[in-house]
Amino acid sequence: MDRQILLEHIAVPGIETFDVFRSKGGYNAVAKVLKELSSEDVVAEIKKSGLRGRGGAGFPTGLKWSFIDKKSSKPKYLVCNADESEPGTFKDRYLMEHLPHQLIEGMIVSSYALGVNTAYIYVRGEFKYIIGILNKALRETYSNGFLGNNILGTGYNLDIHVHPGAGAYICGEETALLESLEGKRGNPRIKPPFPASKGLYDSPTVVNNVETLAVVGPIINMGGEKYASIGLGKSSGTKLISACGNINKPGVFEIEMGLPVEEFIYSQKYCGGISNNKKMKAVIPGGSSVPILPANLILKTAKGIPRLLTYESLSEGGFETGTMLGSGGFIVYDEDTCIVRNTWNLTRFYHHESCGQCSPCREGTGWMEKVLHRIETGEGRSHDMDLLVSIASKIEGNTICPLGDAAAWPVASAIRHFRNEFEFHVAHPEIVKIKDHGSIEKYT
Amino acid sequence: MPGFKIDHIQYKKNNLKVEFSADTLEKVEKIIARYPAECRKSALLPVLHIAQEEFGGYLSVDVMDYVAVILGIQYIEVYEVATFYSQFYLEKTGKYVIEVCRTGPCAICGGEKISEYLQKKLKISDGETTSDGLFTLREVECLGACGYAPAMQINTEFYEHLTVDKIDTILDLLTKNTNTEKPEGSRWTDKFF
Ligand SMILES: Cc1cc2nc3c(=O)[nH]c(=O)nc-3n(C[C@H](O)[C@H](O)[C@H](O)COP(=O)(O)O)c2cc1C
Ligand code: FES
Repeated sequence: MDRQILLEHIAVPGIETFDVFRSKGGYNAVAKVLKELSSEDVVAEIKKSGLRGRGGAGFPTGLKWSFIDKKSSKPKYLVCNADESEPGTFKDRYLMEHLPHQLIEGMIVSSYALGVNTAYIYVRGEFKYIIGILNKALRETYSNGFLGNNILGTGYNLDIHVHPGAGAYICGEETALLESLEGKRGNPRIKPPFPASKGLYDSPTVVNNVETLAVVGPIINMGGEKYASIGLGKSSGTKLISACGNINKPGVFEIEMGLPVEEFIYSQKYCGGISNNKKMKAVIPGGSSVPILPANLILKTAKGIPRLLTYESLSEGGFETGTMLGSGGFIVYDEDTCIVRNTWNLTRFYHHESCGQCSPCREGTGWMEKVLHRIETGEGRSHDMDLLVSIASKIEGNTICPLGDAAAWPVASAIRHFRNEFEFHVAHPEIVKIKDHGSIEKYT
Repeated sequence: MPGFKIDHIQYKKNNLKVEFSADTLEKVEKIIARYPAECRKSALLPVLHIAQEEFGGYLSVDVMDYVAVILGIQYIEVYEVATFYSQFYLEKTGKYVIEVCRTGPCAICGGEKISEYLQKKLKISDGETTSDGLFTLREVECLGACGYAPAMQINTEFYEHLTVDKIDTILDLLTKNTNTEKPEGSRWTDKFF
């Protein structure tokens, strides 16, 4: 369970430079695919590995690549999604800051597999220092002959450019990202057509997350079968989990899929337990968009089986008692947390970030924020909980992109698991009007 | 890389009121060349970032019009983008724009108190600028620094694991303009394009 694939060399001094990265076997995968493998071979290897997209949706990467319209006469594009704005998620930033060449190596291999000659890295605008790191790393890669024309004398050409966003969570959604890359507002597109046939500039395009692309090099080196043997079942390989909230050791951890959630939270190797010796109240394990679970249900499923860090185990129980692995943004809440306040805070986020294109999301997120705010500040009404559930259910599934679902699930799950806290807020305005009232458990 | 040449004649005809320096123009041309020749609108976000930096920290209508001319697009295409993204400011800002994270993970790790303290110390609320024109304060959503909470950004720099004392130190350094030594936990870069 200690297996490190992405972060194996993270502690090596100078690993962010080309020379040190190369001395640790970096870019071997590029030499191997360009000289020994066809693009089909590379796609087949990724399919064998069972790699699933690390951006949140978990879609099989090899399969996504096989959809790209090879017959199109237009140029094909690879776009790396480095928009990382989902609350709780900060793993891509960590990867790019410390191992920029791991991403570039993966992008070269992936571009070759897809028949791409121009690729972009779309980085959220706030990460200006990351843009500096990436541009420096790219210059090194060019001057060492691994980018540009006729790479390693094989006749293959590839350019990679960094593109800054400018502050908009919605641009992490892949079609909004493409709009933004074209110099427009980040309004998601209606699918189909999917980017694989009509993406950037109406050309066949693949959008992949930073972590997904970064692991492509190691997979080529070890072979798809080997990678598939790591992890558990359909959750193959390792995953970066960014852990934050009320824990002793927040940070980015590479875990082999299948690690028990309990070990992840309490082991000194990972989160190191809850800070200030408090009790754990709840966890959002996959970025703020996935359902929140109370302590008992995150540690064990409703059937009493220990929960593991895999796509399957976390979603065991569906939306009634389960959640999702999502982006791996693991937020831990201690016993002092006010669930209502937290739900209001996250809903304000979705309201702020809704692009405004679809009425259910544009109006619904604002409405939910308003209702949650009045509950939190002691102005709640007795049927507000039912109202929230009803608004959430009317947003879900009724929008062009999944931001609507992402806004609805946290509200629906918070009420499902912590309804008593909402009811207490409505019943005891005199208590919740106290600023910083914290968890209501101490008043009950 | 074949550089796209900006149409200065067209620009002169429009008689606009601002202009990039020669160095910046060269940088802008390089950026435009990253995209296919018929897609130079793609350069809009990076060019707006540069314009904002060069022309006083915000995008006036003159500046947006100038960017439209450079990229050969309609003015409205620039306005609608400039108003969509939270990092583009349409009004004059302070020399330092403090963007403090207000989202869940930071909020439960003391972020709300940090934001309150900043307001109290600078005697301004969210969105306002101090009377000496030095600081603008803005509450923003998750900065992707949740594990290093509470977090804030000042211009291009990240400041993390914030405490009240640390805020005092940072603001002190900036006020005295001795912003060469960086407090622990800050991340920045001088050059990003
Ligand atoms: C509102 C919203 C925000 C998203 N933000 C991100 C993001 O910041 N980074 C990311 O990689 N994927 C994000 N996604 C998922 C992308 O749409 C897409 O599924 C992903 O980039 C595909 O890459 P993958 O298959 O490698 O995971 C977001 C999706 C939605 C609906
Ligand atoms: S919540 Fe503050 S940086 Fe993510």
